[in-house]
Amino acid sequence: MIEIRGITKRYGDKYAAKNVTFTVNAGEIMGFLGPNGAGKSTTMNILTGYLSATSGTARIDGIDILQDPIAAKAKIGFLPEQPPLYPDLTVKEYLNFVYDLKKCKLDRKKHLEEICRVVEISDVYNRVIRNLSKGYRQRVGIAQALVGNPPVLIFDEPTVGLDPKQIIDIRNLIKDLGKEHTVILSTHILPEVQAICDRIVVINKGEIVADEKTENIARAVEGKRRMTYNVCGPKDEVLKLIRSIPGVTYAEIIGNRELDSTAFLVESDDKIDIRKPLFFALADKRWPLIGMDVMGMDLEDVFLALVDQKNRKEEARKGGRKGEKK
Amino acid sequence: MLAVYKKELRSYFVGPIGYIYVALYLLVSSLIFTYTTLYAGTCSVTTYYTFILYLFAILIPLLTMRMLSEEKKSRTEQILLTAPVSLTSVVTAKFLAAFTLFAGTLLVSCLHFITFFALDGTPNVAIMVSTTFGIILIGAAFVAIGIFVSACTENQLVAALVTIVAIASTLVLNVLSGYVTFTPLRVVMRWLSVFDRFYAFTYGYFDFVALLYYVSITVIFLFLTVRVLEKRRWE
Repeated sequence: MIEIRGITKRYGDKYAAKNVTFTVNAGEIMGFLGPNGAGKSTTMNILTGYLSATSGTARIDGIDILQDPIAAKAKIGFLPEQPPLYPDLTVKEYLNFVYDLKKCKLDRKKHLEEICRVVEISDVYNRVIRNLSKGYRQRVGIAQALVGNPPVLIFDEPTVGLDPKQIIDIRNLIKDLGKEHTVILSTHILPEVQAICDRIVVINKGEIVADEKTENIARAVEGKRRMTYNVCGPKDEVLKLIRSIPGVTYAEIIGNRELDSTAFLVESDDKIDIRKPLFFALADKRWPLIGMDVMGMDLEDVFLALVDQKNRKEEARKGGRKGEKK
Repeated sequence: MLAVYKKELRSYFVGPIGYIYVALYLLVSSLIFTYTTLYAGTCSVTTYYTFILYLFAILIPLLTMRMLSEEKKSRTEQILLTAPVSLTSVVTAKFLAAFTLFAGTLLVSCLHFITFFALDGTPNVAIMVSTTFGIILIGAAFVAIGIFVSACTENQLVAALVTIVAIASTLVLNVLSGYVTFTPLRVVMRWLSVFDRFYAFTYGYFDFVALLYYVSITVIFLFLTVRVLEKRRWE
């Protein structure tokens, strides 16, 4: 449905996107993950025809965005990073404007009512956009993308700046939309893509570092096990004990969280589950284990892990070729 | 195209700008009219419209300053540039919206001329019509210049000031050219001056060359506007 080949965008000698290539199949929800400034927005803006690439092609349903921009754009609903809202208009006026702008052929009243129901903005339909809360504005932005019922939906960081309940609502909404649309969703929040997306493309510094099914990314990310344990006991001795357990690669004291217990950060080999041996070892000493927590990897760690993995794969491939020559 | 046109026209009157423009134009034009015709005891509208041209320098930027600068600043241009419409139609629609308000107000202000008949004057209707027509053409060119300037910045105030300077300089060029002794330069200055061609209309002529000149300026600046927006995608 969406096909991006070798997209490069150069500003002077800086690359905002470098040879970005991926495809998204019809009906898929693709998560586009990367830290701020990695090139997510640039790629999305090129895909939607807002920016032009220095080189490379972007096709929507087989139509090149540069060769036939109007036909390609008609297939896309786009929510940019900052929703393109006219603050002076009411939601009603705004959506009617978008309806006309996109030359929509569907039944106007029914279509707009349906959209408002789906994104839950019916109660602010006659209010001026300027006076709406951030959450409602974001929804109006999504509503705007849905006008004309385009087969492809592109959302650039749709949950930024929302409160937790709104984030959950928007995620559920996108998940629902994904049943009938092809969706690209960009974010810098890992759990977000894990929760919604079928596939994840990871971009860092303008380059794609991973393009995998969601569960594969999860595996790559969880390779290294990192946990915190809260233990009541003499901290130095507890630390020594933890370090002595087979499979533990790293352990440190991270502080006293409660009065009588100490928190330890422990990293272990991904093939060995140290939780049970650790529990029994502490039980033997009668040092109660009162808390156990998985430390999520943050995005930085994910990138390091993925970049690492990619480099290793490439080295292996190169090594293989050298071997053949010999 | 109709969508953008309607939205632009509406946005003039959602905020204060449209009202300010219409009110100021009608107020100042009535004053000028009173002094240049009624007090001067003439039915000739030439002096009246000459002053009106200077009024344009201050008022037309009100119509055009926000048009593209604000879209860029608030990033709403993204919806226009990613919608299935061409840039040319967006720019044309914006031009037509500003032009509609401009020409509409101007036509309303022509009600001033009724006083000639009410006071038993002997106005030359042909001259009034042709001069008004010429003024509308010049206004269209100024609107196009204003839209072009607005596309080049994201600051409304800068857009307004630059437009004022641009329009004023085309008006002053004519006066300045009188002081230039170097003939080729004087010819170029007079050619660029919008005034020069305006005088034919004040004699009641329908000057086809002038028509072509003003329409060309309008089209050129709208074309340049499209190019500026187009270029931004590549930079």
